[in-house]
Amino acid sequence: MSSYAYTLLIPLIPFFVFVCVGMAEDKLKGKLGGLIGTAGLGIATFLSYYTAFKYFVADHVAGTGYTSLKAFELTWLHLTDKLTINLGILIDPISVMMLVVITTVSFMVHIYSLGYMEGERGFARFYAFLSLFSFSMLGLVLATNLFQMYIFWELVGVSSFLLIGYYYEKPSAFSAAKKAFIVTRFADLGFLIGILILSFNTGTFDFKELTNPHGVAIASMGGAAFMGLSVITWALIFIFIGGAGKSAMFPLHIWLPDAMEGPTPVSALIHAATMVVAGVYLVARLFPVYALGGPDALHVVAWVGGFTSLFAAVIATTQTDIKRVLAFSTMSQIGYMMLSLGVSGYGGEEGLGFMASNFHLFTHAMFKALLFLGAGAVIHAVHSNDMNEMGGLRKYLPITHMTFLIACLTIAGIPPFSGFFSKDEILAAAFNSNKILFGIEYFVAGLTAFYMFRLYYNIFWGKDRHYHHTPHEAPLVMTIPLMILAFGSVFSGFLPFHNLVTSDGLGFESHIDWMIAIPSILVGVVGIAIATVMYKKETALPDKVAGTFKYMYKWAFHKFYIDEVYLFVTKKIIFNYISRPVAWFDRHIVDGTMNGIAGLVQFASVSIKGLQSGRVQQYAFVFVTGAIALVLIYVYVL
Amino acid sequence: MFMGFLISVPLVFSLLLFATKDYAAWNKKIALAASLVTFVISVGILLQYLANPSGYPAFHPDIFRSLGFEFSLGLDGLSMLLVMLTTFLFPIIIYSGFGKEKSHRSSFFGLILLMEMALIGVFTTTDILLFYIFWEIALIPIFFVAILWGGENARAITFKFFMYTLVGGLFMLAAIVYLYVQTPGPHTFAFSEFYKVVLDPHAQKWLFLAFFLAFAIKIPVFPFHTWQPDLYFTAPTQGTMLLAGIMLKMGVYGLLRFVLPLFPDALNDLGIYAILLSVTGIIYASVIAIRQNELKRLIAYSSLAHVGLIAAGVFSRTFYGLEGAMIQMISHGVNIVGLFFCYEIIVRRTKTGAISSLGGIATKAPVFAAFFMIIMLGSISLPLTNSFIGEFLLLLGLFEYNAWLAAIAGLTIILGAVYMLWMYQRTMYGEVKEATAGFTDLTRQEIIVLVPIVAIILWIGIYPHLFLQIAEPAVRSILVIHP
Repeated sequence: MSSYAYTLLIPLIPFFVFVCVGMAEDKLKGKLGGLIGTAGLGIATFLSYYTAFKYFVADHVAGTGYTSLKAFELTWLHLTDKLTINLGILIDPISVMMLVVITTVSFMVHIYSLGYMEGERGFARFYAFLSLFSFSMLGLVLATNLFQMYIFWELVGVSSFLLIGYYYEKPSAFSAAKKAFIVTRFADLGFLIGILILSFNTGTFDFKELTNPHGVAIASMGGAAFMGLSVITWALIFIFIGGAGKSAMFPLHIWLPDAMEGPTPVSALIHAATMVVAGVYLVARLFPVYALGGPDALHVVAWVGGFTSLFAAVIATTQTDIKRVLAFSTMSQIGYMMLSLGVSGYGGEEGLGFMASNFHLFTHAMFKALLFLGAGAVIHAVHSNDMNEMGGLRKYLPITHMTFLIACLTIAGIPPFSGFFSKDEILAAAFNSNKILFGIEYFVAGLTAFYMFRLYYNIFWGKDRHYHHTPHEAPLVMTIPLMILAFGSVFSGFLPFHNLVTSDGLGFESHIDWMIAIPSILVGVVGIAIATVMYKKETALPDKVAGTFKYMYKWAFHKFYIDEVYLFVTKKIIFNYISRPVAWFDRHIVDGTMNGIAGLVQFASVSIKGLQSGRVQQYAFVFVTGAIALVLIYVYVL
Repeated sequence: MFMGFLISVPLVFSLLLFATKDYAAWNKKIALAASLVTFVISVGILLQYLANPSGYPAFHPDIFRSLGFEFSLGLDGLSMLLVMLTTFLFPIIIYSGFGKEKSHRSSFFGLILLMEMALIGVFTTTDILLFYIFWEIALIPIFFVAILWGGENARAITFKFFMYTLVGGLFMLAAIVYLYVQTPGPHTFAFSEFYKVVLDPHAQKWLFLAFFLAFAIKIPVFPFHTWQPDLYFTAPTQGTMLLAGIMLKMGVYGLLRFVLPLFPDALNDLGIYAILLSVTGIIYASVIAIRQNELKRLIAYSSLAHVGLIAAGVFSRTFYGLEGAMIQMISHGVNIVGLFFCYEIIVRRTKTGAISSLGGIATKAPVFAAFFMIIMLGSISLPLTNSFIGEFLLLLGLFEYNAWLAAIAGLTIILGAVYMLWMYQRTMYGEVKEATAGFTDLTRQEIIVLVPIVAIILWIGIYPHLFLQIAEPAVRSILVIHP
């Protein structure tokens, strides 16, 4: 058990980097701050890989399942004997997997940013915030209990707020940061309420106790019902609201597209691979509770996930800002993961969806980070986010082009790239559970292939635009991370997830069901083919298609006007019709009433001002008589 | 023994200052020295208290007994925390002055020290008549500070505040007299005797209302708050810090010390209304804060919202609610003083507190931006800052009382983020405006003020063990007197 105590260093190293680089920001010349940050994360990455090797291979006794163990734990607050809050480190398959995901992507982003952020104002500050984010995210996945998770959950929120708002001189950037923080905080209130209900009913925050399928916590979860669902189900739905906020599930997704205002490496780290999957991780972390304690909540997860994946994919087909296309694509893919958890059962092959979700989380982190960093290299070259100002870039950016193509094929689900394997497992899980959701996901798979290749052709094919200067390939410090992530995207599909990350820790047999896989490949190919016809050469075809579906296109292009609805509710209704009148009410009615009482008193005092004689004896007499009278009234009358 | 010094040092120096002429440079230093000495004494008492928490370090000089009445001071966990808050904040508040107190400096600082004496008296006396006397004495300095050094319309606004609290105080006095008559044996005003009084439910109701009115005005609880935004706005910032940072805790202290132990039956019937008013106040104040353009008013309304949650937690009468109230009283005091100080820093440089004419300060003063950010995050209860643990406990207490009310009160964590981030964005980020073009970064004096504030924010946020340890027995004893 204690042989994992060193894992404490994994979150603590980034934290110390944050403190040191943050304090010494002004004194760190040139790239020094960045190099310190990168070195720190390099060590954390190494330790994470070592932990993964140790946990999955070296310490594993063949034929047994993977257990969860606490590497470290201390009591942070001892409030009462019933309420104690611990901080610790939990090692189990999903947390170890997340360690690998987070440190890999974060390390790549650290290296990449040495080139991408070169010469930016506050270079060291950027690295301080990156380290803070990595610390918070690592603390979140390693949490041993719900409360610790909530603490780091909020810290993740604030560090992402700082990173999105990095270009704070730009009003749009800070507005986006604020929006992200407030929307997720709204969701976090749901999370907090869910935690309170759950722990109130089970008497513990601890994950090991909560998720033990034979434990007291799950056994005690029948209990009281409210509006047709058990209280635990409600708690789990509330907790899912928190997860939906961070993971940008409909209708709490509105912050994610705007968050693209942040620097592109930040988008790769936060909005592709780590923070946005926190919601998935949360549901996965509590999965036995969902599956055994509140299956109805799991249906909510499945449908929200399924709907979001469709909704976001439709929008992605119409966007022209390349980062926004990727943002909606992320939403859609996370929808897949949520859906997959939602249709999963607990234990053995029943838990296929659970395994598939984590598998897809892993492969998605690789290829989506690659896509974002590739997009960053493109933006670096042409100084624009708009795909209409791009074209023909494959000649100028050969490495970016190749790696981007690999990522597109991966996300489109073409074998033998990793996305094929993980998506296939999700489709299989959906097929076993719910045919409607299964149908939606097939359709989304086609849409995904289509919009990704629309993006790809618009950037790398077609005619050259009028570039201010000839676009040039990014420096090695940026292209090496691209190549490493491309390697991960290609090969991570061969990892035996069904033996490693399962709902009950035991491996099970898994094989590719070609009855599902072949149609899914065909759907992907069809999507790519349509995109090739429409976008490989610049023709009038896309405009014609858009014209045919004029209204649908317009709605999708405007993201179904969800932002406008929110804006209407917050600006118009809350600000104008609630806040303003309440302020008026306060000044005039409440204060007016109080002044009115005072006025009455004054009126009375004017009427009896004969008493105002200036003789102290008279005052004293009146005062004493009054006090005695009051006492007598109290004693005898009341 | 120390207890006597605690109260007499500020008193003596206050009188000294009243007696001296305005030696421009010295007055502030004398006041600062006096408040620092008081702080050191209170730390001594704290150490003594921690060594022997059950012993109630008391002070009963015979001299008063020979004059025919009891003068007694003592401490439990509740008093200890509030005394520490008071003695910690006073040096900061005195040092934070920017010279607005130029006229009549000696009187200004004399009044402030007099106030410190009165506040310590309120928090440490064990005699309810003395409590009332200190309660009223505390009103006098702030009255003069607000009137003489206040901004526009100070006279009318301060007078309104004075009337409000005086009326509340008189109701309390009547109730005290009634209770005094009920005490067993030879009547005394000692708390311990008051706790023994057995009251019938009907009388309790009236007495509860009388006490509640006095404390609700002071805190203030909706709808008795209308003196507050105006007064906070017009009073000199040091006065506002005193009011918001420490003085309103007198009201919460009164609830915990008297209302909860003395009127359990009345609370069973009427407590729900008090909670409803408090929760209403939270949402009400947050909603109003959203549309304030004046920085100081925005902070004033935010304070109202936070205090509403403290009151709701107290009235929940749960262990967590009370413990949260104690921690949050400290946190709120520190944070609000920090926020008003940041306001003062801005106004000192730009001569305006209108949010719409500010902007871009972060580019001009990054160090200030960092401090302000931490204090701002502290006040929206981010984990690892002080108000997180307090507000969490308050919400937990309220949740035990009623889950729905907790959910509604919990909206404060969203609304707080909305108006605070909005305010921060408009003032610190965006384009540099005319008023902020010449904004300079912090001076050494300002850093010296901000560092202890931020240190406390992080200390309570990261390791609140000490504060919880002090609060816990006090909470238990309140809940035992009134199970």
